[in-house]
Amino acid sequence: MTSFLVRRVVGALVILIFISLITFYLFYAVPRDPARAFCGKICPPETLELVRHNLGMDKPLFVQYWLWLSAIFVGRDFTQFGPCPAPCLGYSFATQEPVFNAIVDRFPVTLSLTLGASVVILSFGILTGMLAAWKVGQPLDKIASSSSVIGASLQIYFVGPLVVFLLVDTLGLLPRPSYVPFTEDPLTWFVHLLIPWVVLSIIFTANYTRMTRSQMLEQLAEDYVRTARAKGMSGRSVFFRFAWRGAMIPIITIFGVDLATLLGGAIITEQTFTLHGIGELAVRAVQNTDLPMLLGVTVVGAAAIVILNIVVDVLYAFIDPRVRLN
Amino acid sequence: MTTVSWSSEPGTSRGPGPFLSVRDLSVRFSTEDGVVRAVDGLSFDVEKGTTLGIVGESGSGKSVTNLAVLGLHDPAHTEIDGEIWLEDQELVGASSATLEKLRGNRVAMIFQDPLTSLSPFHTIGRQISEVYRKHKGASRKEARDRAIEMLERVGIPQPATRVDHYPHEFSGGMRQRAMIAMALVCDPDLLIADEPTTALDVTVQAQILDLLKDLQQQYGTTIILITHDLGVVANTADNVLVMYAGRAAERGTVREVLSKPRHPYTWGLLSSMPRLTSSVDAPLVPVRGTPPSLLSPPAGCAFHPRCDFSQLVGSDLCFTQRPDISPENGHGDACYLTLQQKRDIRTGDTKEHA
Ligand SMILES: Nc1ncnc2c1ncn2[C@@H]1O[C@H](COP(=O)(O)OP(=O)(O)O)[C@@H](O)[C@H]1O
Ligand code: SF4
Ligand SMILES: [Mg+2]
Repeated sequence: MTSFLVRRVVGALVILIFISLITFYLFYAVPRDPARAFCGKICPPETLELVRHNLGMDKPLFVQYWLWLSAIFVGRDFTQFGPCPAPCLGYSFATQEPVFNAIVDRFPVTLSLTLGASVVILSFGILTGMLAAWKVGQPLDKIASSSSVIGASLQIYFVGPLVVFLLVDTLGLLPRPSYVPFTEDPLTWFVHLLIPWVVLSIIFTANYTRMTRSQMLEQLAEDYVRTARAKGMSGRSVFFRFAWRGAMIPIITIFGVDLATLLGGAIITEQTFTLHGIGELAVRAVQNTDLPMLLGVTVVGAAAIVILNIVVDVLYAFIDPRVRLN
Repeated sequence: MTTVSWSSEPGTSRGPGPFLSVRDLSVRFSTEDGVVRAVDGLSFDVEKGTTLGIVGESGSGKSVTNLAVLGLHDPAHTEIDGEIWLEDQELVGASSATLEKLRGNRVAMIFQDPLTSLSPFHTIGRQISEVYRKHKGASRKEARDRAIEMLERVGIPQPATRVDHYPHEFSGGMRQRAMIAMALVCDPDLLIADEPTTALDVTVQAQILDLLKDLQQQYGTTIILITHDLGVVANTADNVLVMYAGRAAERGTVREVLSKPRHPYTWGLLSSMPRLTSSVDAPLVPVRGTPPSLLSPPAGCAFHPRCDFSQLVGSDLCFTQRPDISPENGHGDACYLTLQQKRDIRTGDTKEHA
């Protein structure tokens, strides 16, 4: 198990360095010169040179990358902005604040959004899928199966405003979505994020209902389930104590992928509900050609996805002993 | 050797009869393509402490019959008629609570493929001990000790360590031993082994069969051994039931059926069996043709499309009327040929092969 984890973490670091390298390179291929953008509309050549120098952009590309990378661990001193202690991702060109701080400020919003939605999606999806499989062929199964088709064809920028209009503007049941730190007031945090979670789960849960149902039915037809029945286990305990494990494995795999989709989709989700998370930060960074911010957001986003996938893999190994060996 | 009564009379009074008695059993599955008559009017008895070998090509209804004994068919798609008596208990139509108490406890089953038949998610020990806890109400500790004891009994080395391993950490033969340990943990009266050696390689096959024989001698377990290999039956069983298309084709003691086989299907099975006396590279002669579809089995004798002797019977009995097994007791078969005809064919047959 330990070596499994070590291998996964090393692999993750390699992936992250690779992603940051590519992003770094791509940003220097963008048509707009970031130094010029930073310098302003009226920018005499000597000022531009100075800005380039101060931003460290007159150095060869790989040196710049190295400076960026090492700053994460040892910090860096910018002539333009002053010292930037580790972990340093540079300063925003647009707001002049340290990129790392901006991300740390916004991260809890996106994390709350994603993890909260995941919990709702997984618990609802698995529950309804289990029920459908338990009552296979009966009305409950048919309702669950057909509603899952509808859910999957919906889009957040359509459902989101609709639900807000209904629940907030018309019925006044829930407050308009916003972010209140969990540490400040858990209940308010919960209530204010409920609508985004529910909307995300309307769209994603369907998939899990369908998958759980079919996986459960598949598992119930397995030989080892027949053995369990032949040992005298009741139908119920076979269903809830045996079959679910096998059914969860593919579900966790898909969940790993969906997590990335949810995080990437934060850009749209946050815009739909005017939440100020990483997604919004990314949108603004693109608009402003704010290279350090974009690079920071990309790498932190990638890191989050990679870490969550390690967690998913650990879960996977936890459920299936066959994974632990290799 | 215990003599077997093969009375086909419905169980009216259940005095000291056979240990297991299957009477006129039929099992039908409703499928999208129609009704599958997997078992269609099958009767047989098993005496306590003996081994019955059930032989037949794949698809002849062997597994379906035995799953019916355990009541393991999905009632939503299965229709079962007839009677299955375990001593004085009727199992057809028994409540699920009754059956659950029986399964793994009085009647246990082992399956063909030990890898897929064991849960990949639980340790061997847990899979064995949970049966014991369920039926004997034992504590966790007692059940674990029992599991170790059982692993030792079936010849697994270092049982105290192995008990915590998962099935994928066992070899094929060891897995089947573990399966047997699991089946025997509650000292069942009846053990149904459904092709227990088919998935294993030859040397391991012999070991597993020896193990079953030893355990039977020590504990007096009654065994139904399903196989498509008459060789296995010859070495292990007391009595044989040859099944074809969900019915009995022939039955009797192993000696009777193997030395004086009466049904043309049994002849086919026997000639497809490698003989010690034949030269090594003599080709096996399988029964020609393929088993019939059980969706629409042939009229008359289900074996007639593959039978070379139906013209000897005279009239068109073979094609129109289903033969029943006769005589009712002892060595019997379901074929219209007279005993004399069968003897003549057999002696000709033996000459050909000699
Ligand atoms: N659950 C089921 N539904 C439909 N057909 C089945 C089912 N189980 C078995 N059968 C059919 O019944 C026949 C007998 O099967 P089985 O008893 O498994 O044969 P075998 O003698 O090889 O053990 C086969 O034709 C098989 O396809
Ligand atoms: S009854 Fe007829 S068809 Fe069937 S086995 Fe005997 S001879 Fe062949
Ligand atoms: Mg079978």
